[in-house]
Formats: sequence, C-alpha cells, structure tokens
Amino acid sequence: MLPKRLHAADLAYYLLLPLVLAFSLYPFAYAIASSFKQGSALFSSDFWPKVWSAANYVAVFAEQPFGQNLLNSVLVAGGVVLLSLTVSLLAAYALGRVQFRGRGVLMMTILGVSMFPQVAILSGLFELISWLGLYDSLWALVLSDLIFTLPFTVWVLVTFMRELPRELEEAALMDGAGVLTVIFRIFLPLLWPAVAATSLLAFIAAWNEFLFALTFTLSGEQRTVPVAIALISGASSYELPWGNIMAASVIVTVPLIVLVLIFQRQIVSGLTAGAVKG
Amino acid sequence: MSEIRLQGIHKRFGGNPILADINLTIAPGEFCVFIGPSGCGKSTLLRLIAGLDDASGGELHIDGRCVNDVPPAQRDVAMVFQSYALYPHMTVYDNMAFGLRHLKLGKDEIERRVRSAAESLHLTALLDRKPGALSGGQRQRVAIGRAIVRQPKVFLFDEPLSNLDASLRVKTRVEIARLHRQLGSASMVYVTHDQVEAMTLADKIVLLKPLAGQEGVPSIAQVGHPLDLYHHPKNRFVASFIGSPGMNFFPAEVSQASSSGLQCLAGTATLQAAVNASGQQAGTAVTVGIRPEHVQVGEGSLLGRITHLEHLGEHSYAYLETGLSPAPLVVKLAGSRAAIGDSLRFALPAASLHVFDAADEALPRLAANLAAA
Repeated sequence: MLPKRLHAADLAYYLLLPLVLAFSLYPFAYAIASSFKQGSALFSSDFWPKVWSAANYVAVFAEQPFGQNLLNSVLVAGGVVLLSLTVSLLAAYALGRVQFRGRGVLMMTILGVSMFPQVAILSGLFELISWLGLYDSLWALVLSDLIFTLPFTVWVLVTFMRELPRELEEAALMDGAGVLTVIFRIFLPLLWPAVAATSLLAFIAAWNEFLFALTFTLSGEQRTVPVAIALISGASSYELPWGNIMAASVIVTVPLIVLVLIFQRQIVSGLTAGAVKG
Repeated sequence: MSEIRLQGIHKRFGGNPILADINLTIAPGEFCVFIGPSGCGKSTLLRLIAGLDDASGGELHIDGRCVNDVPPAQRDVAMVFQSYALYPHMTVYDNMAFGLRHLKLGKDEIERRVRSAAESLHLTALLDRKPGALSGGQRQRVAIGRAIVRQPKVFLFDEPLSNLDASLRVKTRVEIARLHRQLGSASMVYVTHDQVEAMTLADKIVLLKPLAGQEGVPSIAQVGHPLDLYHHPKNRFVASFIGSPGMNFFPAEVSQASSSGLQCLAGTATLQAAVNASGQQAGTAVTVGIRPEHVQVGEGSLLGRITHLEHLGEHSYAYLETGLSPAPLVVKLAGSRAAIGDSLRFALPAASLHVFDAADEALPRLAANLAAA
C-alpha cells in the first residue's frame, strides 16, 4: 500500500504542534530545571542541572513562612470560589430566569465593573478596606478578589442557566419547591460542568492575584504565595535567589495542574442528557 | 369534590389579548379537553389553572376556593408536561418522591405511594434508573407517575402524547382513559391539538378560537360533549375544526325558508336542508356544509367527476368536481375501487346538511331528523 499522501493541513499541523508545545511548556520546564540547580550552576548554559539538588525547596520553607503563605492562598482562593459561586448562582437565577425591568443594564454594569484595570480601583479600594478594618487580613483579599471573579462567574452561569428548560423549573414549582430548592437541588446538579469550569478559573485567578495581595497585606504571615515569591530576597540586596524563586514557583503551580486534571472530566461530562424528550 | 370554575378569565401578553372572557365549569371527575388551532391559547389556559401564569382578569375557583393568588403547589393540582420535565439527575424513584418530600409526608407513606404508582404504571423495575436511560414511553409514564403520587384533585396534561410515536400514542391514550376511570373523583384537564385524542378521551370538549380577543368575542367557540360538537357545531369555525377530513362548505342562496326547513340554490343544484330557518329571507346568502362521510354516493341526481383520490385501505376519500361550487367536494367512499376521472352520482341528504348564516352562525338542525344522520 502506498503511504497516505500528506495534505498541506496535516503538514502545517505537525510543523506547528512542536512550536506551540515548546512555546507553552518551555518557561515551565526552565523553571523546573532551574529549581534543582545550586549556586553557580544557575548561571551555566546547561538546560538540565548536572547535579540535582532539592536544597532550594528546603530553603523556600526554611527562610520564610512559606507553608503559612500556601495556606493563606488556599484560604483566599477557596473562599473566593465559594463566595463567588454562591452569589453568582443566586444572581444567575435572577438575571437568567426572572423577567424584570433593567435586567440588560444590570448585566452590562456587572460586565463594566470587570473592565476597570486593577490599578484604577486600587486606591479607592484601599480606603474601603481600611474603613472596614480589614487591612492586613485575608478577608481584604477575598473581598477584593471578588471584584474580578464575580462578573465572570455571573456571566457564564447566566448563559448556562438560560439554556435550562423552563418546564423543569415549572415542574419543581408544581412539586412545591421554593426558589432556593430549585437553584440548589435542581439547577446546580445540571449546571455542574459549568460550575466546575468557572470555579476552576476563579480559583486560578484568585490564586495568582498579585496586586491586591501586595497592597492589602503587610506582615509576612498574611501574604499569599505570589507576593511571598516576589519578596523572596537573598543574603544581600545585590543577590536574587533564582533557585528559591523557581522552586517556590513550581510548588505554587503544581496544585493548579492537579486541579485542572481532576476537573477536566467534570467539565466534559454533559449532565443535561435526558432532561427533556430524547 | 373538585370543581373548577373559571369566571371571566382574561389573559394578555404585552398588549395582545390571548384569552378573552373565559367562562367555564369543569365538573368533579370530568375529563375536559382543550382543543384548538395553534395560537388559540389552550396551553396558556392550562397554565393559568396550574398557577404557572397569572390571569390578567377574572377569577379561578378550584373546589369552591378562589385560587388566583395561591401558588401552584398549594392548588391541589398536578401537571404532566409536554417535554415530561423529569429531573435528569434523579432516579425515577426520586423524581416521583421529590414533590412528596415537600409535602412533608413520612418516609413510609412516600415509599408506599411511589411503589403503588410504579406498580400501576409498570415502572417498578425502572425505579433505580435515571431518565436518560429510559425510552420515550417510559419517561412519559414516569411523568404521569409523578402526578399520580401527589393524589391531586385535578390532573393537568399539556399535550402529553405529542412526543410519542404513532403506535405508542394510541397505547398511551387508552392508558390515560383507563387511569381516569380508575382515579374516579379527580378531574382531568387535557390540552391537545389532535382531535382524535379529544374525541376519544373527552367528556367535554372546549374548543378555543385564536385571535378571538382581537375580534372582541369570547375565546371559547363551543363547549360540549364531543358528539355535540360533531353534530351541532355552533358556527362555521367549530364545524370546520372538528372532523377529519374537514367539512365541505359551499355558498348558496336561500330560496325558501321556514322553521321546518330551508331550500336553497347552490351553483346549479337545489338543496333541501333540515334546519330551523325561521327569520331567513329568500335571496340572502348562506353557507352550506356537509361532512365527507355524510355524502350519499351512488344515488341521487347530482353528478361529480373524481379529480383526486386518497386511498386509506378500508375506505378512500375522493375529491369531486361538481356544479355546486368551484372548490372540490370531498366524499368518503367504501373500499378503493374508484379511479381518477370516474363520474359519480351522489346525494346530499337534507338531514346531514349544516347551514350557516351570513355571520357564520349555524342555523339549528332539526332534532327529528338527527336520528337518521
């Protein structure tokens, strides 16, 4: 048999594939490689270290409260996800399924909020945080992170909530279910793929958030990991401990990758099958 | 008992009147079918009774209680939706038990009710499955089961058979009739656009007319027993809607009229109709109607030529070119021996004719002649 003729499209695919892979994976591979290098090896031209050393990983935890920082990040990102999902599920029901005047304007306003650059609202938000007495507290971060996660989660969930058949809600209504039961017992299970996807993205956004975290916290014990990493300093002001920074970065990235791998399946599975006639 | 009474019910969407001046009483235990062409508001009327839509005006009483402001779950009604609307993430058992849990019933009572409903609907083996793993007919039965377990005073069906294939539809129709007999005291309100369903199931048919509100007349064109609507349509709209294929209509001119009969001229033929025509003047225009199955073929003095044939096996429908009117006259033939181009003799018996006045209102047919019809 003759070999299958390679079409131009196939050719482009195989040429572009390594390019895209290299572009997206190289920085991460570089970080991993650097995190295992010691001393002057960091500045050698070899990609992989000649001597593998975990000393950087130990140092990250020894030289600053990095464990505490990780916990802070988990608390902040987890809190942000929980709060923004609860609020946006309720909001999505109102915006997606209840007819009221000014709904379109409200939707646009919500979207508009997310359009301001973080820096623009930073000083105003700082005033607000101090007035609430939340400065140098994790609550300040949870609250301010909601500003950019909420518009996104609300919009996505509204879109999905609109797609759900109206008769399903009416059937629940006839069965005596209240609004909260409809949202959390009927819609939430059906929206699960959308909820998983949006929570994941909200989690990542909150996990990586830097500017608010830098501005609203002061003490090392209240910092989240992005700030902690940026503030890792060496023995003198002339030395930047690249090894430690890279090790910390790898540690921070791994949970995200694990989360994506776990939720990948949830996102793909379509649960609405069989809701209405098939 | 559970009587449903609608008094002067109106419904507008935006500025458009959908339902106008609905006055209707559905007796306890009655099987009432709402029927009408699409856009007549029959589903809207059902949703008003369910409480899923609010009336723009008028009062709705169930069991003597005004329920205008009572939420759906407290009206003692249960609904079977067109799309079934089963909860896809719950098992069949949970689908049926969901409403009962909200009624704060005991676990044993819920179990007992679900089991007995499943038993009567042959769903016992499927209780642990999810709707996605069921066939269309099975989903339909679960939807009915979900209504039964609530033991409501009123069952509401919104075109429940329209998603089933033809053979299953007939089976389920019989099943629903059986269910109605079995449940006895509960009233059923059933929406359909299929007149076979309406004729076979209903104790009472409510025929709704679209756009009635814009014409300033009540939405209900006629209410009555299925055979009443078939034999005594009140006006031309009812006459043309009930029956398949539809009634033949042709224009005619009154030549003699009295309370015991009417003589008129249609095209080249002179026709006698057994209707009470008192008040009609000679020379006025009327519309004469006759159902295809009532044309007597093979006798009489009228002649027609077959231009088109529809064979249905046991009988066929022939489209005749006649001197009565430019439109073809549809007649029912026994067997299927006729051929296109054949000439047929036929008669239009006086007792089978319907006559409609200039306003399309039917003249009352003479009861004495109906036995023959």
